[in-house]
Amino acid sequence: MEFLLIKFVLVVIVFVVSLGIAAYSTYAERKIAAFLQDRVGPDRAGPFGLLQPVADGVKMFMKEEIIPSNADRLLFILGPCIMMMTSCMTGVVIPWGHGLEINGTFYPVQITDINIGILYVFGVVSIGVYGIMIGGWASNNKYSLMGAIRASSQMISYELAMGMAVIALIMTTGTLSIREMVEQQHGFHWNVFTQPLGFILFIICAFAECNRTPFDLPECETELVGGYHTEYSSMKLGFYLFAEYINMFISAAIIASLYFGGYNFPFIDQLGLSPNMLSIVGTLIFFGKIFFFIFFFMWIRWTIPRFRYDQLMHLGWRTLIPLGILNILGTGVYVLYKNGQLHF
Amino acid sequence: MQLTNRSKIVVNKEMTFAEKIYLPAILSGLLITIKHLFRKKVTIKYPEQTRPVAPIYRGWHVLKRDEQGRENCTACGLCAVACPAEAITMTAAERKKGEEHLYREEKYAAVYEINMLRCIFCGLCEEACPKEAIFLTDRMVPSDMVRSNFIFGKDKLVEGVESNTRIDISQRTTAHRHQ
Repeated sequence: MEFLLIKFVLVVIVFVVSLGIAAYSTYAERKIAAFLQDRVGPDRAGPFGLLQPVADGVKMFMKEEIIPSNADRLLFILGPCIMMMTSCMTGVVIPWGHGLEINGTFYPVQITDINIGILYVFGVVSIGVYGIMIGGWASNNKYSLMGAIRASSQMISYELAMGMAVIALIMTTGTLSIREMVEQQHGFHWNVFTQPLGFILFIICAFAECNRTPFDLPECETELVGGYHTEYSSMKLGFYLFAEYINMFISAAIIASLYFGGYNFPFIDQLGLSPNMLSIVGTLIFFGKIFFFIFFFMWIRWTIPRFRYDQLMHLGWRTLIPLGILNILGTGVYVLYKNGQLHF
Repeated sequence: MQLTNRSKIVVNKEMTFAEKIYLPAILSGLLITIKHLFRKKVTIKYPEQTRPVAPIYRGWHVLKRDEQGRENCTACGLCAVACPAEAITMTAAERKKGEEHLYREEKYAAVYEINMLRCIFCGLCEEACPKEAIFLTDRMVPSDMVRSNFIFGKDKLVEGVESNTRIDISQRTTAHRHQ
């Protein structure tokens, strides 16, 4: 009973925090876009425009709800639901902090530590494609369909390279549980130093999976009106846009925990703080890393122009996948050498 | 045949390895964009800050009063005739006894309206006026949601009597043309 209660509270906290961060990512996106273009950005709603997400949310809710007469009603509604659901589900396996010890019992700050955490993330993310595909298909609009086709082929192509980057990581860490991966990076033994190529592959693929620039072809305004959500309006459109920001938050969290030590930070043992205090500081630092990566996503958006579709496919299949295989090979040799099983 | 010496020879040279892997170029691009994060912003936050305007700027009209606070306008209608956009309409009235402190001459404009949506801010009313009654100022016409609110009557055009509600036009290039 107590177990269920604690997990329930954790689920609610993670849900609310990811929604809040997604809401404020929209604000951050607009502010950072403005700053990088020497502008000021939204500053009218509240101090520094901090109430802008609330205003946007109210606007989204108040807008007229339009379902095209030739659209498949059920699938049309199902699309944004799947998108939203899958993006919220990924946060379950991420270890947000080491854990708190209260009255002799240890409570890890993680909803569930399944021993195939990283596979779970991949599984859920690949369901997310269906949200886009179903939405684009059900709209009965050629632009939506084009956007959906682009999105699904792009995500399938880049999932391969992403998987390969992670396989190399699994080979060095020897575990599929995200929590164990993070624990192994204790202090400053971050995986990015042992897997630099894997990290670059992973972050490029994460951009593609989130449909962020330079890989935002599914919603390429200049070619496809609005992409897969052309026909959507009101809060259903809001769900698609919102899910994108949650995805960005979750992938920033995954990048931070797989390659940048999660809630670990350098000199963690020299501080002399109590374990509970360390855990809280670690969680804050983890969020700092996540915010940096969210900023990085936005920073990239205003730096690199969108790829052409053939360039996208070329990069995915002919550059990233061979590099991924090479990385696996190199990692294999390294692991064998480290274990003393390789004799020259 | 070479026509100018500004022509450039196009080279389609093979990219080097550093250029091919594309990452150094991305890094230098990121550096350029991050520099802009700390630059001075060019935005002027309009209602609070305004751009300095030139002395010949023609904005929101003012109907002037003389030193004793009497309206200069005698409703002669020359401004309405001069107006190419036909934005000005007025109704004249005769000054009654005891109104000498309000209106400078025997005739005055009981109603004076400028349709700010028709007005093209050319300044011909100002040039036509023989009484130095109407001037265009450096104030901008505020925006509104309703068309009817853009028909400015005397309440929005005539300046106040007290010195702090007077509209200063001494900086305007047209201020002393008739003297």
